[in-house]
Amino acid sequence: MAVTHDDVRHIAGLARLGVSPSRLDDLVRELNGILAHMEVLAQVNTAELTSENPAMGMLAASTPLRSDSSGPIPMFGPLESFAPEVRDGFIIVPRLASHAVSTESGDVIPDDDTAALSGGEPDDDPGETIL
Amino acid sequence: MSVADFPTLTADAIAARVRQGTVTPAEMVRASFERGRSVGAGRDALNIVLWSDEDAAVKEAETLSSQFAGASKGGRLAGVPIAVKDNIATLGLPTTCASKILAGYISPYEATAITRLREEGAIVVSKTNCDEFAMGSSTENSAYGPTRNPVDIRRVPGGSSGGSAAAVAAGIVPIALGSETGGSVRQPAAFCGIVGVKPTYGRVSRYGLVAFASSLDHISAFARNVDDAALTLEVMAGVDPRDSTSADLPVPSYREQFVSPVTMAKPLNGVTVGVPREYFPDSLDAGIRKLCDRALDSLRSLGATVRDVSLPHTSLAIPVYYIIAPAEASSNLARFDGVRYGQRIASGDGLRSMYDATRSAGFGPEVTRRILLGTYVLSAGYYDAYYRKAQEVRALITGDFTSVFADGVDVLFTPTTPTTAFAIGSISDPYEMYLSDIFTATANLAGVPAMSMPVGRVEGLPVGGQLIADHFAEPKMFRVAYALEQALGDEAHR
Repeated sequence: MAVTHDDVRHIAGLARLGVSPSRLDDLVRELNGILAHMEVLAQVNTAELTSENPAMGMLAASTPLRSDSSGPIPMFGPLESFAPEVRDGFIIVPRLASHAVSTESGDVIPDDDTAALSGGEPDDDPGETIL
Repeated sequence: MSVADFPTLTADAIAARVRQGTVTPAEMVRASFERGRSVGAGRDALNIVLWSDEDAAVKEAETLSSQFAGASKGGRLAGVPIAVKDNIATLGLPTTCASKILAGYISPYEATAITRLREEGAIVVSKTNCDEFAMGSSTENSAYGPTRNPVDIRRVPGGSSGGSAAAVAAGIVPIALGSETGGSVRQPAAFCGIVGVKPTYGRVSRYGLVAFASSLDHISAFARNVDDAALTLEVMAGVDPRDSTSADLPVPSYREQFVSPVTMAKPLNGVTVGVPREYFPDSLDAGIRKLCDRALDSLRSLGATVRDVSLPHTSLAIPVYYIIAPAEASSNLARFDGVRYGQRIASGDGLRSMYDATRSAGFGPEVTRRILLGTYVLSAGYYDAYYRKAQEVRALITGDFTSVFADGVDVLFTPTTPTTAFAIGSISDPYEMYLSDIFTATANLAGVPAMSMPVGRVEGLPVGGQLIADHFAEPKMFRVAYALEQALGDEAHR
């Protein structure tokens, strides 16, 4: 299962990582080098693992569920003290430039209307979205 | 006691003197900073410290002193300066994970472990260098340059918690916090000649530890002796409602388990020590093997029964670890996207471009490599062959430990590392670096407690011996470690 240049481009996209073309050859070589050492696992017989001996070992058996509620986390400072860009208590991000977005009803809305979805006016604020 | 004695004082001794009133917390904090300056803890020398503020730390110490009143002269760590790996959240202080993507980030909350240490009187004097997001075995992957080993500055201190290990080894602080995902405290403890302990998974809350691989991460401790390591763990341990994986079990006093060979000739009578043959391969450094054999002789002389055992899936630990850890990392590190905190690189071409630009500029080569590897093994078509298979083999590795402990073994003894500290820049192949964790990653995969302690030196470089116990059997582990430490005495450091 050798990793190809296309594979690296694909997983870099999934991981939201910009990979420069100059790094691509090295990454392909490094990932193939590492994954070659993983092939040994395919030879291991794991057929005897059962529900009494789950794949996650102790963790699956001992990790408790908690109630679906939580108290406030004490924060030292306001959002403005750590978020890159904030306005009126909301985090500001760039507009989705190359993707259409879907409303809850399933209607696809062109990108230019994204800011309007979150309460802004495209003409007033052409480059940002409020999350 | 003179403040000049500070570099040799244990945390327990400092706290005792503070409680007695013979020294003040502020004096101890100043002594810590003075020691840091004298050994060159800064960027231009050992490069141990990423952040420190002497005035703020002294002020905190003076505030602490003012709180001592009447019978309450301070807690178990009264006035003890501590260093904290920079991937553990410290309220109001920087927490960068040694990454450019978190440069300038000030933590708005605090790890539970830190809060508990502060409540007992500890004072955070520095945030320490580490491999970026704890991904590495040498502290060379820091965005702020490598930390140097105080024992030999040409060599790495180990990693990823190399800065904290070096701070303790250099006498800047008596105890420090690190984190473990595959051995990131035990391996640097071995390389620097100090004690490093990783508790059972769930023993110490992970709340406030920046997540790398959540099923493998542990907040862990460094100290110069077993007693201080036990003390630190006692303070940090216990259930925490903010970490649902923390165990709701009582925390025993580990130090009450200590029996010295001075007071009892055979303090380990009735204890069975297992020696797994897979940890003593033919390729093991001869000097390390000799020191481990000497430690095993000491354990026998202390009354322990020593017998060979087998953990047959040990050789699979590194392939399993380097599938599961990157897989979890690829998910955990998705949060660093320039939206809510940390650095943002504006590309001028929309949200998706901002994500790509921020993450590619913010993450270093090793973090990038592991995110890609983790994304690959989780992606459609490869999940079953890699990730699912690795989880299954992880269960077999865990089963190895379950079997030997069920068969009457109390603790296992192994070398901590296959080599002594290697030279800075000497390992460039990623997988060769990963093999540094070959004797330590198993305990993280199984969630069992383990610790490294000094057992001697080879050509002047420290060698660590590793003790591994069953889940929540830290008392047995510390009991054996303390007796061995007493028996080896100064021989452990030469």
